Amino acid sequence: MCDCHSKDTLIPQIAVITAIRQDTGDVKTFRVEKPEGGRCFDYLPGQCAIISIPGCGEAIFSITSSPTNKDYMEFSIKRCGQLTDYLHEVEPGQEIAIRGPYGNNFPVETALKQQNLLFIAGGIGLAPLHSVIDYALANRSNYGKIDVVYGARSKGDFVDYEELTTAWPASVDTHVHLTIDRAEEGWSGNVGFVPQYLKDLGFSTDKTVLVCGPPIMIKLTLAALQEMGFSKEQVYTTLEMKMKCGIGKCGRCNIGSKYVCKDGPVFRCDELDELPDEY
Amino acid sequence: MQKIEQLIKEKARDLLAAGQVTSVIAWQKGEMFYDNAPGYFDNTEELDALVYNAFCAANLSKYLIANTKKDEKTAVFLKPCDTYSLNQLIKDRRVQREQVLVIGIPCAGMVDINKVKAQGLKGIIGITEDGDNLTVETAYGTKQVARAEVLLNKCLACKGSAYAVSDETIGEPMAVKHAPYDRFAVVKELESLSPQERFAFWQEELSKCIRCNACRDICPACSCEQCLFDNPESPLAGKANNNSAEEQLFHIIRAYHVAGRCTDCGECSRVCPQGIRLDLLNRKFIKDINEFYGDYQAGADADTNAPLLSFDVDDVEPGAATKGRE
Amino acid sequence: MWQEGTAVDLKTTITAKSLKNIFFPQIENLLAFERQGQKLSLEQKQLPAEKTIAFGVRACDIASFNLLDKVFLKQPVDHFYQARRENCTLIGLACSEPEETCFCRTFGIEPASPTADAAAWLVGDDLFWQPKTTKGEELTAAIKDLFTEAEGGDKIVAEQQAQVQALLDKMPLAGFALSDEECSKQAEIFESEVWEELSKTCLGCGTCTYVCPTCHCYDIRDYEVNDKVERYRCWDSCMFSDFTNMAGGNPRTTRLARFRQRYMHKLVYFPANNEGAYACVGCGRRLQKCPVSLNIVKVAKALGVTKNV
Repeated sequence: MCDCHSKDTLIPQIAVITAIRQDTGDVKTFRVEKPEGGRCFDYLPGQCAIISIPGCGEAIFSITSSPTNKDYMEFSIKRCGQLTDYLHEVEPGQEIAIRGPYGNNFPVETALKQQNLLFIAGGIGLAPLHSVIDYALANRSNYGKIDVVYGARSKGDFVDYEELTTAWPASVDTHVHLTIDRAEEGWSGNVGFVPQYLKDLGFSTDKTVLVCGPPIMIKLTLAALQEMGFSKEQVYTTLEMKMKCGIGKCGRCNIGSKYVCKDGPVFRCDELDELPDEY
Repeated sequence: MQKIEQLIKEKARDLLAAGQVTSVIAWQKGEMFYDNAPGYFDNTEELDALVYNAFCAANLSKYLIANTKKDEKTAVFLKPCDTYSLNQLIKDRRVQREQVLVIGIPCAGMVDINKVKAQGLKGIIGITEDGDNLTVETAYGTKQVARAEVLLNKCLACKGSAYAVSDETIGEPMAVKHAPYDRFAVVKELESLSPQERFAFWQEELSKCIRCNACRDICPACSCEQCLFDNPESPLAGKANNNSAEEQLFHIIRAYHVAGRCTDCGECSRVCPQGIRLDLLNRKFIKDINEFYGDYQAGADADTNAPLLSFDVDDVEPGAATKGRE
Repeated sequence: MWQEGTAVDLKTTITAKSLKNIFFPQIENLLAFERQGQKLSLEQKQLPAEKTIAFGVRACDIASFNLLDKVFLKQPVDHFYQARRENCTLIGLACSEPEETCFCRTFGIEPASPTADAAAWLVGDDLFWQPKTTKGEELTAAIKDLFTEAEGGDKIVAEQQAQVQALLDKMPLAGFALSDEECSKQAEIFESEVWEELSKTCLGCGTCTYVCPTCHCYDIRDYEVNDKVERYRCWDSCMFSDFTNMAGGNPRTTRLARFRQRYMHKLVYFPANNEGAYACVGCGRRLQKCPVSLNIVKVAKALGVTKNV
């Protein structure tokens, strides 16, 4: 292979989709490797990659799999635009282009270490947290108690239902709490929105919290957490903005003087207070 | 025009004080003496900044699209040529007539500061209007120039002192004095070229385009809620200026879209930072319309059917446009 | 790009378009993809290797390159920009006839003392030349036959410099200065109520961003040519409605938000990330080109972030 890939960060490398899993009606998880096998690049949980579909352009996605997995990367991607439409139509063996990693990461090796962790996700918002959860489970002794609260529209809308109902709860001191928006047949779990469910579960505040989901769910969840006595310094979330370059130069993902692609996507909630309300 | 400015201020003050209108659209002073800008005046205290002089070229009619979407009355001061644009917007049902109070104001032709500078003047600090002459004060000294020689190109094709639409008028009509000017002269020259030569001309002219969209965004006839060139689903991103097909498409499609509705207000050429003669594309359409359907001035009235929007059995056959030019 | 026979204009002080496209072209192809079934191959465009000379660059435009460097040469480096920048020898030309729209001194730029690889002063029919860097020395050595030692040149140049300062003192924007302290108040300026009034007449076109020497936002897009896909990078503008539009929504849906973004970037965000440097060099292009005469001077005054000098 030529050395051109290393020349500029805007130049992607070729990768191949080796497996595709249909998670929900509109979410698929794609396994991506180098054409010769192996993972495309190193990264940390919470970081992103920019995927290219020639002719459609590029889009940035959270890496769903944990970096402890050295063989491949996975991306859980919801169908919501031109590029994702295309991705949802491809078959395994399809080559794409990819560049990264971009952005900062959840502080898995610093602030989160030895902490009890509370993960709160809504819908496709599980994608960035998935990486952290798998990372924590792979290094189980480094972290305290783990709780995952995950809400979806319906049972069929949970991403990676199989893993989160079997593998995760099987791990030591790890609990998964699922909730769906509206009651449906065959569902015996909780029904209701995440913020209320959180309050019903009544977590103690000796935890570090990681939240990701649609903007409205994040806003209401942060309010619920504050009500429950959590301070903003205990809560991390990720933000989404339109991005092109991934390196803080193209100028579109800024919130105030911070670039989400470079200074984010992970922010501690007290940091958000310093940003203008434009996200 | 100082007297007119005073009359405008008084009129605006009366309207706002009496609550007859919620806001007034006119021109406000800029940083230089010549960069007067469109301005909204919502209360009488703001009126000190209102200005009317030889540097109020901006056509204010397009702002009324946004304004008449609100449930309030707006007063607007329009020069004779600007009233054609407003009338066309009324005809296109983009402006609610009853929500606008149109006050016609006379104009002696607007001055192009770039033409003043082209006379070798730099560091211009002030200009006083003195009948047919302008006294230009610069950091390097003072000089007199004839107003007729530094008029904006659009003023050379002045439509006259009559207002196409107005509720009231202020001041006495003025005349724009300049040497005889045929607005179709360059169009005729271009028509006489071979297709190859004409193509080369436009390729050269349009290659200057930087895709800033100023021509589209200032154009009163470009009143689509969302331009097709802003549609994310469209394959025309509107940003690739090396792809000559694309920038030619942009300008040609735009010219087609405003054909029959373009009043020849000349704003597109005035604001183009690259000095592209966009008016020539529009004037070609106007000339063709005049030749095929009889003289037509868009915006002259708000009622009659426009030639491109109506059919008559006597209409020219489609082949007429290319006849004799193969 | 000069070709044999092209007339040279040394009189124009401020060019219509800025010079940023020398290093950051309005459009450039980055790579090409070729598709064959599911297979994909990728070919990166060669980095520009052409050696260039930019002659006659004004001090404000030179200063703009230093600001662009803060963006493009910061890690991770933009290699396309870097290659062009390094391949170019910059010859500054001192301003002798500043325009009324000039306010470079607001940003500490000395229009009559350009900082470049070599500086030049045009006085009457004489061109005074002074190399400033190794690159400048090399170029000077290569064309040494064109020069004669300028006896008393320093004095002549100093006279012109003094004249230019005196002229600038007479210009309308001579007293325009920004207050560093005020500009650091991000939240306060963001919430200011003047944005609404200021942005009301903005057309939302990209003239300001495209003529500005420091605006550097870009887009990356693909276009298809038969079986090939070319990926290009092109200038973009935060004034355009689709700039931040994404599948999940748009954080800047209003003209006010987009207008505010541009000036916040110049006056607040860029300084916050770059040791207080404003993203403006006072070239006055926007004062000359904005179709509705909006500009940074007007905005700064309305925001109250100016100070008296």
